[in-house]
Amino acid sequence: MPTPITTSELAKKIVNHEETLILDVRNTDEFDNWKIEGSKVEVINEPYFNLLDGIEPVAGKVNKDSEVIVVCAKGGSSQMVAELLEEEGGFTNTFNLEGGMKAWSEHLEPVKIGDLTDGGSIYQFVRLGKGCLSYLIESNGEAAIVDTNRMIDIYQDFAKDKDIKIKHLIDTHLHADHISGGRDLAEKVGGTYYLPPKDANEVTFDYTPVEDGNDIVVGNTKVKVHAIYSPGHTIGSTSFIIDNKYLLTGDILFVKSIGRPDLAGKAEDWVGDLRSTLYSRYKELSDDLIVLPAHYSFAEELGKGGSVSARLGDLYERNEGLQVEDEAVFRKMVTENLPPQPNFYHEIRETNMGKVTPENEKQREMETGPNRCAVHG
Amino acid sequence: MESTKVLDAKGLACPMPIVRTKKAINELAAGDILEVHATDKGAKSDLTAWAKSGGHELLQDTEEGDVLKFWIKKG
Repeated sequence: MPTPITTSELAKKIVNHEETLILDVRNTDEFDNWKIEGSKVEVINEPYFNLLDGIEPVAGKVNKDSEVIVVCAKGGSSQMVAELLEEEGGFTNTFNLEGGMKAWSEHLEPVKIGDLTDGGSIYQFVRLGKGCLSYLIESNGEAAIVDTNRMIDIYQDFAKDKDIKIKHLIDTHLHADHISGGRDLAEKVGGTYYLPPKDANEVTFDYTPVEDGNDIVVGNTKVKVHAIYSPGHTIGSTSFIIDNKYLLTGDILFVKSIGRPDLAGKAEDWVGDLRSTLYSRYKELSDDLIVLPAHYSFAEELGKGGSVSARLGDLYERNEGLQVEDEAVFRKMVTENLPPQPNFYHEIRETNMGKVTPENEKQREMETGPNRCAVHG
Repeated sequence: MESTKVLDAKGLACPMPIVRTKKAINELAAGDILEVHATDKGAKSDLTAWAKSGGHELLQDTEEGDVLKFWIKKG
């Protein structure tokens, strides 16, 4: 029988940069749209329905004694294929990814980024299946979470395990690529949900506005979360400096790319804001700040232990989106030839505004697939 | 649409809708039309891709409530 492998076990292999061979048996359109990535991941696609008459299409490509993880949309077809590989092909080392890509899309892998000056620490929650990054800052038994994802149980379990109380839920902007868990989690734990007011014109719920210059204090030893208004991806986009050391950039600046200004239909209006955030506001900050973005796009952005980060000064040297001196060229780059918009991005924005509340299964479906919040220079 | 045979694959999860469809189509003659009813949402893109790779023609598909219906002409 094939061995089941959980999304958590697979995530550990990827963040530890282990050699991983994946056989993805979804149909090729779905595979091309979105797949498991990692620096040492090799992935082969062969739709399960091509293997019903025999496993030859795979047998020629994979050694029967190699460790192979079979993956499909929900875990049913991959189980069948893994069994066929063993029974017909004599494969000896097959694994079936439990819950398939649907579960993979929801897995969050916590990675410690570093310690804070007063003894607290900051963790990055890496959503490997989608490229979303969220952050938990803890100090003296309290925690703030920035850009909370929908799967709030994971943060709650983490906090319980570490015996900390979640007090502050902060969104850097109104998200278009994933459903925020910030409001839900704030309700569950009796915490405060913060949103930049300029992104909240149409929201249907109460929230605490967070604006330029505001400080949020985590724990009574005062780890400071300092807000900087940094529009461009959305009109309200706000960055946060944590403990004078880390810069949480939201969807404005990534390690290898920059934010896109078009997801609320206002690329032309917001491109000037994006330009001034990236080319003047951030430039006034210390080069030594560690940039922690809300997304990554490429497997090679995952560093040691799976974290995604970079020194701000280094990004000014090598991020292509920060090297465009000519404003007209910049304008063209971020408004033309953009990648496709995220799946369901309109419905996701409406959900995050509280205008609609799709049932849970629908929310999962809306989020499945890649995020596409970046412009690659 | 007229069909030679109707396959009820409602309530079956992936991969069974395709496994059953393939079995049913093997029992038909070229040019016959198989009508498939399924509730698994993934069936649509998988049946489309499977029909194409197997040389069959997906003539039509509809969605009635939760039930997806497909008409496939054997190639």
